[in-house]
Amino acid sequence: METLRTLPGDDVRQIMWRFADRYDLQMVVQTARSLARSLVARLVAEGARKTHEWTEHKAQLLSAFDDAGLTSLFMDPHQGGFIEGPKNLALALVAFELSWVDAGAATGSLATNLALAPIHEKGTPEQRDYYMSRCVPPAPGEDRAILRGAFALTEPLPYIGVDTNTMTGKVRVLEWEEGKEPVLHVDKRGRFITGMDFANFVTAAVDTNDPRIKSSCMVILEETDEGLFDRGAPTLKMVHQLSSTRDPVLSLKVPASRIIGGYTVKDGVIVPNYTHSEIIAAVFHRTRVPVALMTTAKLLSAVEPVIRYHRQRFRGGTACEPESAKFQLGLQQKPDAVLRLTDVWATAEAGASLGFETARLFDRLDPTEKAKDKIFAEQGVVGAKSQMSALRKLEKQAIEYLALEALPPDQRDAGRMAELEADTLVQYALLESTANILCPACKLWNTGYGATVMRETVALMGGYGITEDCPGFLFNKWTDAQLEATYEGPEAVQRRHLSVTMTNEVFHARLRNWIAQYEALGAAHPETGASASAASMKLWLWTLEFLLRAKDPEGARLYHSRRQGVTFPLADALCWIMATRSQIADVLELAAKGPENPVVAEGLDGLVAFFSDLAMVQAARSAGEAARICASLVYGFGPQAAEDLAAFETLRAACDRASSGAALAKDRCGAALCQVMIPEALDYPL
Amino acid sequence: MSDGYQIVVCGGIVPDPLQTLEPVHGPAGWGLKNELMLPAILDPWSGHALYEAANLAKAAAGSKVWLVSMGPKAKLQQVMMTVAQKAAFELIALDAPAGGFTEAGDVAAALAEAIEAIPGLDKSRLLLFGGWQSASRGAGATMQIVGEKLGVVDQFQGVDKLTIEDGGVLRVLERVEGGSYQESTVSGPPALFGWATGELPEPPNNPQVGMANMRLVMPALQKAKPVQLAQPAFGSVQLPCQKRETRIVKDTPVEAIAREIVDWINA
Ligand SMILES: Cc1cc2nc3c(=O)[nH]c(=O)nc-3n(C[C@H](O)[C@H](O)[C@H](O)COP(=O)(O)OP(=O)(O)OC[C@H]3O[C@@H](n4cnc5c(N)ncnc54)[C@H](O)[C@@H]3O)c2cc1C
Repeated sequence: METLRTLPGDDVRQIMWRFADRYDLQMVVQTARSLARSLVARLVAEGARKTHEWTEHKAQLLSAFDDAGLTSLFMDPHQGGFIEGPKNLALALVAFELSWVDAGAATGSLATNLALAPIHEKGTPEQRDYYMSRCVPPAPGEDRAILRGAFALTEPLPYIGVDTNTMTGKVRVLEWEEGKEPVLHVDKRGRFITGMDFANFVTAAVDTNDPRIKSSCMVILEETDEGLFDRGAPTLKMVHQLSSTRDPVLSLKVPASRIIGGYTVKDGVIVPNYTHSEIIAAVFHRTRVPVALMTTAKLLSAVEPVIRYHRQRFRGGTACEPESAKFQLGLQQKPDAVLRLTDVWATAEAGASLGFETARLFDRLDPTEKAKDKIFAEQGVVGAKSQMSALRKLEKQAIEYLALEALPPDQRDAGRMAELEADTLVQYALLESTANILCPACKLWNTGYGATVMRETVALMGGYGITEDCPGFLFNKWTDAQLEATYEGPEAVQRRHLSVTMTNEVFHARLRNWIAQYEALGAAHPETGASASAASMKLWLWTLEFLLRAKDPEGARLYHSRRQGVTFPLADALCWIMATRSQIADVLELAAKGPENPVVAEGLDGLVAFFSDLAMVQAARSAGEAARICASLVYGFGPQAAEDLAAFETLRAACDRASSGAALAKDRCGAALCQVMIPEALDYPL
Repeated sequence: MSDGYQIVVCGGIVPDPLQTLEPVHGPAGWGLKNELMLPAILDPWSGHALYEAANLAKAAAGSKVWLVSMGPKAKLQQVMMTVAQKAAFELIALDAPAGGFTEAGDVAAALAEAIEAIPGLDKSRLLLFGGWQSASRGAGATMQIVGEKLGVVDQFQGVDKLTIEDGGVLRVLERVEGGSYQESTVSGPPALFGWATGELPEPPNNPQVGMANMRLVMPALQKAKPVQLAQPAFGSVQLPCQKRETRIVKDTPVEAIAREIVDWINA
């Protein structure tokens, strides 16, 4: 039987992650990769991670990013960038490539983008063009320095952390002459602020401390503003040391035009167009996706060094004869070594599929969201609350659309479907309800569970794994993953987010469509694990619906925002399920599009067989995990009605049964890992 | 040169040097195991030629660079994602096997034909660039034959430096035995230069250059002409008899490295 011949190359990934027709992205990938495996790897090898301080040595990264075009990646062409349109997938791919070697470098490359993100998402057009075009390297003949930024939300204890409302940063009116622009005073202390060593501007979240300012907001602070711009103490962090982090103290006088997104004046009061929460929600919605993929990249990057170490473990010296299996296969003779690595790889595939699907979704969401904002502005629907209630009214149509989509094409009301398809607001509601699941799911699962699995890769390298000499910097990658699970909203924040969004009816309608689709796929392609995926989606949805109506013996509702013992585990279960769903979709895409590319077609049967097996392994693992969690919630707060338990047990049994053959799939993966061809040496230094 | 040069760089692709290369005999003759699936790079010798060409083109106003590349189309496309960001050029792609199992004469004939077909080619301005060797087999003959076929008889091999002097005279440094150079001059084009390493570092990727190149690269790949190359009969095929022992060492002083090499030679 055909199996994996070589490690999957770019052609394969371009198909699976859907950028085979985007040469701009393919070029960006090559750029980020060559930088990662040269300068970034060299810095790590030279010990640049051993200091907390930002050093000249590390600063080489910034000019390398500038020279290679990564600094301008975030910008539109008229601002000095080179990619037209949304750039979520582009940024995700870059974060992935840099993190393949060192995620601190990835964080560094994204820091200014994060600072710009509030301006990019909600800034006025003037703010956007001013700052975006100054954050790119000067064009030939232009004489200016590149601006770099930092994003300051988190504050010293006991203020902002997970909870972003306990804010001590304040803004008040300092001067306001009749007919002139008000002048503000801003006080902000930051904690753990990335890029603070060299930031020329800071986008800071602050609350109002003045009856003449209506609400909280975000403001842009510049290093040349009058007042105190103290970069503060460096964070003594033990991870991501190739990025800069400090606790700044800022107390500055700025014009009111620095309020991000602008303001209006109503009855002598400055009304910011966006509160800090509205801006932050829009920012993190996007920037969390590349972070998710950072951890995933590390897991995938571990496959090659682990195989090499295992295979070569007994070579050299007199330990064994060159013809012996011990010499040829080394530790790969032991089933556990390859089966455990299979788990690592399966997790990584699922994370990559989920993360890149989410990035692509945001590329579709971005223009739709802008169009939605425009329509709402024309309709006079302003402010988060009124937008939310306007959107809620659209949910019915979104669900109607999904019901039509679920029908066989010849039974759909094509006219109505086209009408709903052309309705920007309905399309927005559809995309947003999915993004509201996939974004927190990938941030939570890829980083959190990814960190756990990263530990396995370290373990697979034995004692070598916890030394500096370990190829692939695996120990660093393991600990770095913990930061990825923490910054831009720790796991609790993602679980809290999911607790709210996973009860959305539009999402449920979508999930029902997915269940039907994966049941059909499971019948046509049982080898992909699609049946297990469908069964676990079904079980999860049933459990959620049950928990929404069930009560504990005290009569208290089980599904409640204060009952994190219910909502949080159920959020975790959904992440497993979503990751598997994405993974299977990518395998099917490879099977469908692979034959079109002669290079991929060459080894396609083996590739598809291997990736299907990995998907099956992961689908069984996910179904098992989801079933365990669901069972703990259904039984754990019992006793519950017998008919509910019977219904649950039927669904759970179906879930278990759908995993039939998964262990055989795993054995085949293990065998594939024993014979796959790998390069002679790792392409980045120790 | 008032109108500048027409610099045509011939450059193939080779498997990434870190990959395990194992000759195998398949239905289509000899090849490398899993060759299509291994990542490829621009042949390093032609890479040097390309960067030198781009540099020279910048120095002589009105010049233009073409890269003529023969290899499997889909593989060429992958390689272009990097190469097209490094220097401005127009691609002429020929779709054919890349490996080291072809005859230099056949390859050269196909390349020469493709060069002859370049619209507006003016041989009086032509500088033919390529590698003096190839990382795939290193016959060292391909460029010479391309030159002969195109009637370019002023040929230089192992070139490390090319400077334009007053009156358009080209001064060339060619590698010769014993680490020495032979210095020559040629009055001007047409001439052929088989590059050694040249003097330029690999340029960093520049996405603006890449995006500009891609407008021509993608159509060139789409219309890449398939070329049939007959494979000669091989008595036997084996990798060069050298033992590759990769050892990774850190912080070793230059003297110690030199000492080790001397000891190894003496042993
Ligand atoms: C290297 C680094 C770089 C950073 N860069 C930036 C930056 O550039 N800009 C910026 O603004 N911030 C930055 N941060 C801050 C980061 O985003 C915060 O650390 C993070 O949001 C968590 O806040 P906290 O550390 O105060 O955790 P806390 O709020 O103290 O939370 C600690 C833990 O308590 C639990 N918990 C807290 N609240 C809840 C809840 N509601 N429900 C359930 N459990 C809960 C969770 O387990 C949580 O992980 C950075 C942090 C680091 C370490």
